[in-house]
Amino acid sequence: MKKSHIFGILIIAVAIIVIMSTAGDASAYVTFEDAQEMASKGNDNKIHVVGKLPKDGSGNVVGIEPSPDMMSFKFQMVDENNETQIVYHPNPMPTDFLRSEQVVVVGGYQNGKFVADKILLKCPSKYQEEGVNT
Amino acid sequence: MIHYFPGNLGHILVILAFISSLVATYAFARNINDENNSWARFAKGAFYIHAIAIFGIVITLFLMISGHMFEYHYVYNYTSKILPIYYQISSFWNGQEGSFLLWMFWNAILGLILIHTNKSWRDSMMAVFTFTQVFLVSMIMGVVIPGLDIKIGSSPFLLLRDVLNDPIFTMQPDFIPEDGRGLNPLLQNYWMVIHPPTLFLGFATTVIPFAFAVAGMLTGRVKEWIRPALPWAQFSAAVLGVGILMGAYWAYETLNFGGYWNWDPVENAVYVPWLVLVAALHTMIAFRKSNVALKSSIILILATYILIVYSTFLTRSGVLGNASVHSFTDLGLSGQLLIYLFVFIILSVIVAARVWKTIPSTEEETSAYSREFWIFMGATVLCLMAFQVIIPTSIPVWNEIVEAFGGSSNLAPPADQVEFYTQFQLYFAILLAVLSGTGQFFWWTKMDKSKLKQELAAPIILSLVASAVIFMVAKVQNIWYLLLLTASVYSIIANLKIFVSVAKSNIKLSGGAVAHIGVAMMLIGVLFSSGYSKILSMNNTGLLWSKEFPDEVNQNNLLLFVNEPRQMADYKMIYRGLRKLTTEYGYVDLNDISDAVDARKLIIGRKTVSSTGHELNVGDTINIINAENSYFEVIFEDENGKDFTLYPRLQMNEQMGNVYSPDINRTFAADLYTHVRTFPDPDQEIEWSEIEEITVSPGSQFFINDYVAEFINIEPLRNVPGIKLGPEDIAVKALIEIQGEYQTYTVEPIYVIKDKMAGRIPDVVNDLASRITIQSINPDENSFVFGLSTTQKDWIIIEAVAKPWINVLWLGTLLLVIGFGIAISRRYTEFQKMRDKGME
Repeated sequence: MKKSHIFGILIIAVAIIVIMSTAGDASAYVTFEDAQEMASKGNDNKIHVVGKLPKDGSGNVVGIEPSPDMMSFKFQMVDENNETQIVYHPNPMPTDFLRSEQVVVVGGYQNGKFVADKILLKCPSKYQEEGVNT
Repeated sequence: MIHYFPGNLGHILVILAFISSLVATYAFARNINDENNSWARFAKGAFYIHAIAIFGIVITLFLMISGHMFEYHYVYNYTSKILPIYYQISSFWNGQEGSFLLWMFWNAILGLILIHTNKSWRDSMMAVFTFTQVFLVSMIMGVVIPGLDIKIGSSPFLLLRDVLNDPIFTMQPDFIPEDGRGLNPLLQNYWMVIHPPTLFLGFATTVIPFAFAVAGMLTGRVKEWIRPALPWAQFSAAVLGVGILMGAYWAYETLNFGGYWNWDPVENAVYVPWLVLVAALHTMIAFRKSNVALKSSIILILATYILIVYSTFLTRSGVLGNASVHSFTDLGLSGQLLIYLFVFIILSVIVAARVWKTIPSTEEETSAYSREFWIFMGATVLCLMAFQVIIPTSIPVWNEIVEAFGGSSNLAPPADQVEFYTQFQLYFAILLAVLSGTGQFFWWTKMDKSKLKQELAAPIILSLVASAVIFMVAKVQNIWYLLLLTASVYSIIANLKIFVSVAKSNIKLSGGAVAHIGVAMMLIGVLFSSGYSKILSMNNTGLLWSKEFPDEVNQNNLLLFVNEPRQMADYKMIYRGLRKLTTEYGYVDLNDISDAVDARKLIIGRKTVSSTGHELNVGDTINIINAENSYFEVIFEDENGKDFTLYPRLQMNEQMGNVYSPDINRTFAADLYTHVRTFPDPDQEIEWSEIEEITVSPGSQFFINDYVAEFINIEPLRNVPGIKLGPEDIAVKALIEIQGEYQTYTVEPIYVIKDKMAGRIPDVVNDLASRITIQSINPDENSFVFGLSTTQKDWIIIEAVAKPWINVLWLGTLLLVIGFGIAISRRYTEFQKMRDKGME
């Protein structure tokens, strides 16, 4: 076997490791129901849940409770299956949280509570206009 | 009145630019094999017209922005009247159309340079070069094909009323908004003035080696293209690298995720082509020296440009969707971008396939003692690094592909992207450092076993010793960090040795050594500043922040009440309140500002001292730089009593909400990075406690919210702002001084009897969270009854992080650029010599 062949095989091996690890570490977009099922089976991989914040009749977001020291907060989130879930976040409320059109939480269930390590916000108002300010 | 002319002019110029790029492409292509050069003048002329049209578009759009023509959507959406000139410039590329325009602008300039610096290559490479411009201009065309209802491109010259469906335009078609929506606060940073032009110059230059490669294959000069392409590839890698790092530095200074690199898809999308480009120029250099690695050079150069187009597709088509926090919005260009991408993939494949068999390649086995072997290893590691990043970054694309074929895929990017990417990149970086150190010896000397020992012994021993010292001092214990550290130190020492011996003979040859020292320093800088970044604001009070949390959560933030010192790691921190930044006097306390002349001119309401030590009196006016910005003054005091002050920023933008930016205390050894996470919502009504009454006579002392206060005296008033006093009416003011932690506050509540009715005007001290009212006056006992109520003190939640040796990263960057500069000048001189001999 030539040296260049060994070299080639090595590269392919590394490439396969990279792809395997990507597949292994990749998270998934799921619903709260799926996430709960995963957690109950002992799968503690972090997952992504896409959803919205529930609003009352006049369009105000409801269900947000900051902790007394403001260091953390919990909120309600409705996922794509219309299931509402209380989500805990160990950090202060992110800027623009209330304005967000869509929320993606990254985290998982811990002892039956959904803890979001990371919150991604989609705020269309941020880069797109809704109307003219007159 | 609506200015129709600039918009129409812009549209016409865009169409002119598009047609002229098509014509120039055709004309350059026709002239390639034309002995008589009959198309040469025409082709050049077409490109000149194209360049003029592009410059015209840029100037028109800029004049529209600086002329505040808010009837235009682009101007309305991204700018406002108060923007200073440098932010008007950066608002130019706030939108996608403008950033495409910036890219084309560089291409136009580069095209002019290339036409004048090339002879035999001009027609063939310019044909390819101009062809790319056709696709770019089409992105801002904004033309609808009649009958098919297909829109090509998104024009920056659209009127607001044609874009927005606002009812006002049916009532008043000529309506022009008073002001624009303004520039995204995050982009209001000086780096945003220079980072995008640099990055897009990098983007634009990647097409040059690509064009040379394609031209070389088209004209049968499969080897010769390397010489003219090499200096440009080096220039491109240098500029793109600097552009990426500027973006990183901007993120570090402006965004609040706490670092300079977040492995966000938008960052990855430019990092990947850069790595491949760097790999390409290594194989090109190997080819120039020993006629090997030609095929890999061709593949890598073609791949670089295709990856640039792919990254454009990723960030601008909207495909990243939920994966990225800051990709552009979808302008409906995804179809066009896909065509752009596929045309260049197919073009590259066909052109390369046609001549592939004629490209010479070395059949013989490369020995491990040859310089090519080491270069090739380095290039391979760089490509693997790129591969490891591009695969996960493309997850949203995989999902789309699966769904396009009717499947369903819910793959999401890794939950902790920073950890995911760094572990692999760390392994590769160790290899890279080892290779860049060792490879240099093979490059400059003919190696065999005995020579190798002789050359390498000293650097290896030296670097082991140096690493051991750093290991002891800096307590690097993670095995991978230790390996990276040792490898990087080795690379620095090895390259220093090379530098000394090469520079002795000819300093022009030292570019590689200098650049490699730079890279190794960057690795060390990254290792310490990221691997050993230390959160100082750790909650060490032993208190449980919240019982709600099922598991112990890491608390990285501290709550600071105004003027209440708090110990954090090595520092005592004191939050002093909100400040405004003025043009002449530094920072001024927001509480001492009473009124505004206009958005940027404020009036002092209380005697105060600014951060520069200027005394300001009631009625003085101050000019502030940005009306939306406020700053939190936070004092840090170390054990020795030395202190410094940081002013993390808050930008309150009506459209975009509150945006926080950090402030950084820089010392040579470490940066202290501090940003505010949140503070009380200023729109929320203050909840005052129930009024507590206290009877005091002038001259006596009492307590207000636990602060010592003295009732100085009373003063009758003739004028009370906002109240008209009749001859029978009475008004008095009580003068009270309260001793705060850092200053004495004067409080002046007012009591008015008008038309036999009592009126009370309270006074508030924000810093002390207190409100004082005159409840009633007892003239018989010469005493006053004050009403005291309190509220929660002003507070902020901050995060403070120490980033050790981050300066080594920036210093390494500088060396890398210098190294590139030396190499570019050497390679360009080589090309010039050949060209002037009539060889190129």
